[in-house]
Amino acid sequence: MTATTTLTFADAVAHFEPVLGFEIHVELNTATKMFSQAPNAFGDEPNTNVTEVDLGMPGVLPVVNRTAVESAIKLGLALNCTIAPRSEFARKHYFYPDLPKNFQTSQYEQAIAHDGWVDVELDDGTVFRVEIERAHLEEDAGKLTHMGESGRIHSASYALVDYNRAGVPLIEVVSKPISGAGDRAPELAKVYVQTIREIVRALGISDARMERGNLRCDANVSLMPKDATQFGTRTETKNVNSLRAIGYAVDYEIRRQAAVLSAGDPVVQQTRHWQEDTRTTTPGRTKSDADDYRYFPEPDLVPIEVDQAWLDRLAAQLPELPVERRRRLKTEWGLSDAVFRDMVNADALDVVEQTITAGASPGAASKWWMGEIARLAHAADVAVTELGITPHHVVELETLTTAGTINDRLARQVLGHVADGEGSPAEVVEARSLAVVSDDAALTAAIDTAIASNPDVVAKVQAGKTQAIGALIGPVMQATGGKADAGRVRQLLAEKLGLQA
Amino acid sequence: MSPAEMIRLTALEMAEHLRAGTFTSVELTRAHFERINQVDGTADEGVHAFLHLNQDEALAVAAEVDAIRTAGGPEADELHPLAGVPIAIKDNIVTIGQPTTAASKILEGWMPPYDATVVRTIRAAKLPILGKTNLDEFAMGSTTEYSAYGVTRNPWDLNRAPGGSGGGSAAAVGAFMAPLALGSDTGGSIREPAAFTGTVGTKPTYGSVSRYGLIAMASSLDQIGPVTRTTADAAALHELIAGHDPKDSTSLHTQWNTLLEATTDQDLSGVRIGVLEEFQGPGFSAEIWEKFQETLDLLRDAGAEVTTVDCPHIPYALHAYYLIVPSEVSSNLARFDGIRYGNRVVPDGGGTVAEVMAATRAAGFGDEAKRRIMLGTFALSAGYVDAYYGTAQRVRTLVIQDLKHAFEHVDVLISPTTPTVAVKLGDQLEEPLSMYLNDVVTIPANLAGIPAISIPGGTAEHDMPVGLHIQGPAKSDATVYRVASAIEALIEAEQGKPFYDRAPEVPQVQGARS
Repeated sequence: MTATTTLTFADAVAHFEPVLGFEIHVELNTATKMFSQAPNAFGDEPNTNVTEVDLGMPGVLPVVNRTAVESAIKLGLALNCTIAPRSEFARKHYFYPDLPKNFQTSQYEQAIAHDGWVDVELDDGTVFRVEIERAHLEEDAGKLTHMGESGRIHSASYALVDYNRAGVPLIEVVSKPISGAGDRAPELAKVYVQTIREIVRALGISDARMERGNLRCDANVSLMPKDATQFGTRTETKNVNSLRAIGYAVDYEIRRQAAVLSAGDPVVQQTRHWQEDTRTTTPGRTKSDADDYRYFPEPDLVPIEVDQAWLDRLAAQLPELPVERRRRLKTEWGLSDAVFRDMVNADALDVVEQTITAGASPGAASKWWMGEIARLAHAADVAVTELGITPHHVVELETLTTAGTINDRLARQVLGHVADGEGSPAEVVEARSLAVVSDDAALTAAIDTAIASNPDVVAKVQAGKTQAIGALIGPVMQATGGKADAGRVRQLLAEKLGLQA
Repeated sequence: MSPAEMIRLTALEMAEHLRAGTFTSVELTRAHFERINQVDGTADEGVHAFLHLNQDEALAVAAEVDAIRTAGGPEADELHPLAGVPIAIKDNIVTIGQPTTAASKILEGWMPPYDATVVRTIRAAKLPILGKTNLDEFAMGSTTEYSAYGVTRNPWDLNRAPGGSGGGSAAAVGAFMAPLALGSDTGGSIREPAAFTGTVGTKPTYGSVSRYGLIAMASSLDQIGPVTRTTADAAALHELIAGHDPKDSTSLHTQWNTLLEATTDQDLSGVRIGVLEEFQGPGFSAEIWEKFQETLDLLRDAGAEVTTVDCPHIPYALHAYYLIVPSEVSSNLARFDGIRYGNRVVPDGGGTVAEVMAATRAAGFGDEAKRRIMLGTFALSAGYVDAYYGTAQRVRTLVIQDLKHAFEHVDVLISPTTPTVAVKLGDQLEEPLSMYLNDVVTIPANLAGIPAISIPGGTAEHDMPVGLHIQGPAKSDATVYRVASAIEALIEAEQGKPFYDRAPEVPQVQGARS
């Protein structure tokens, strides 16, 4: 295969406006499948979580999973959609061995939720409103494993089919075309998917683990000249299965399509596959408008009818959504945009909130979690919550610091020991005798030594350069193993040297 | 009582004798297998109603019922009234332990891993299952000649077709090889064979009987129903199999426990009987039309009010039906691809998945199945779906409205069941359009989801039976049984004997046990 030409990203977005669109498939965490009683579970022995319904045996009929319908309504409400009072299932036909009936039962003309929006907040705080076209219910297909030399479909000699996933409930969230993101398009793509993931997690309707395929994203990208109003021809990059990859895939398609268009060639409407190893997309099936799924209403199911009472009941069950919670916490805590965003990015909102609830001030909770604890976590390559340091530890640490039992430097040391499993901050201070030395008698000897050893500094201080006293504090701290109270040392030094306190 | 006498009883009479101890269920079941052995034969000779016999299991169930009755006590008291009365099941209804083929090569040898809901019900009520009956492949046809396993012959004349698609069930009941059978009716597959074999067949209100385990032809039209020799037997079997099934979302929550009782009320005075303007005269054979007029006279004499009603869209029902059915067929039959079950045909030298699917379907489906798959695939394709499938659905709505209006003026609508008597084997095999016309009367009930029954209405050309078709509004199955039973009694009174006793003796097959 010849290398594909791409422009630099800067060149691409200088000449073209990207238009994005996303289809996100969310696998629901219901106990049973969309249309059968088979368990909806991940990672079991192949073809064990199946009934005759999931295998598309002759004579079987589907029955709609009520919990899945409720999940779809909740997601629809969270995405500010209109919930259809009546929606139907339809059959989408195509022959493929992972599809037991050779049609997928899905929603076509009327989705259960439609015409909504979601606010997406970029890293610098810019808010983008993404319009949602629809969110509809459908069933997942089985899983094919191509067996052969490369594991790729084209050189496979046979394939194994696991129908455990066949019939797992899915909600497909389809965005409207998103334009105007310009050079922020890759970032917007990533944050949009992150936002949807965060919402389905908050709703508790999906495990939303992208590495397991619980949440799968197809990214549509097209380019149009900067001043154009008509969208260009799009490509659909399938199954981009990590947040990072989504940004890269959009970035790559923008650069690739820009090169194609700049060369005067047309973009081919097609499905493309994301290649994680090379961070490129490769062409798949050429998609034309003639793709014919021969939809017609599913005659084996009756329409889903949602009355106001049901809707009200589900609306009342909705948790506070992540974006609303963040706005509330940011106001309540009075933190700066930058600090708050770091906290969000570190996934530390919950733990900070718990720390504040346990008695710490927002400033203190933020200082510790986003300061020393974040540094320890970074060094250990884990999340801040995975160090073994609890909100109660932080409150205790803050109390010790405020009381003057330890200083900041000691506190950082204590945190390290807490993370090492040596107990609570108080226990660490006790066991390692880390309390600060503020006993004047214990300090006097060290101060006298410092004065005696540094006559030139003393001379400067006495000549009026009072800030030089710092050069005497250092040796005292050193002599006391860092446990001296620096404020008290300064005070005693000033008295000895006859300065005004 | 001799086996030959036993098998000529009605199912309800058999049930009565079993309770009274005149004979046992094992004796009764054996008598039926004996009859099957004498007249059913093979694809080459005899009636050939059965594709599979289930003798060991049937006799075991019969013995179990007998043992329970002998032991007496609460378990005997709780036996279903039809317990011990044998039944035959159309081979598009899935059964554990017996192959289910839908008369297609593509499912040859397939052993279902589950029971249809109606089969579970029948097992729970302890009716011995005699075996599986022949049909047109996937229930597509009106003569049973499209079975991949050979034709079924009409017990009234072995040179004629028994109708279809449920020719096997109707012929089994008509030839006294079974007192009861299950059929499925998408456009007349229970009623047209009933008319051709002098038996009774009901297409219940859509949703009255669970479709779970019925191999779907056209899901929005399919309905399982009883095939019997009398209206009361049909009502009794219908009551047994009816009711809501959580596995069938389209099944109704209605109660169906007054059907048998309705057959005991045979007073027709004041009953408003409608005759469709659109089904007058031409189109029906001369003798069938004459016989129908005689029946109308009987009804008037019995005090019924016979009026003509108008359903202007009914003539379009057949056309709508032959777009909706293939559309749903093309979808329902997509799963037969050789990947998960059934026959798999691998092209010479191997092939891709798509090539294996294509070869499997090319070899596995017969002509009529292929014809409907192609028509339906076209009718649903982009650019045509609205003109074909969409228009057909709009016509369906108009037919539903027409019938609804008609039932504001009459209690039931009656007509002959078929335009002609049973055709000779082979006559319609190369003329699918002519075959499709056999269903012109029966199709509207499927489109509208309403109950309809065919009962024997005498004989016409070649002394072959004709059917009388009675249909009522949705969920009025009890009314339909009441009127049908009353007409049945009138005809029987006029003839001096039940219609089924007029059937000619069925020739014994070569090598049959005497």
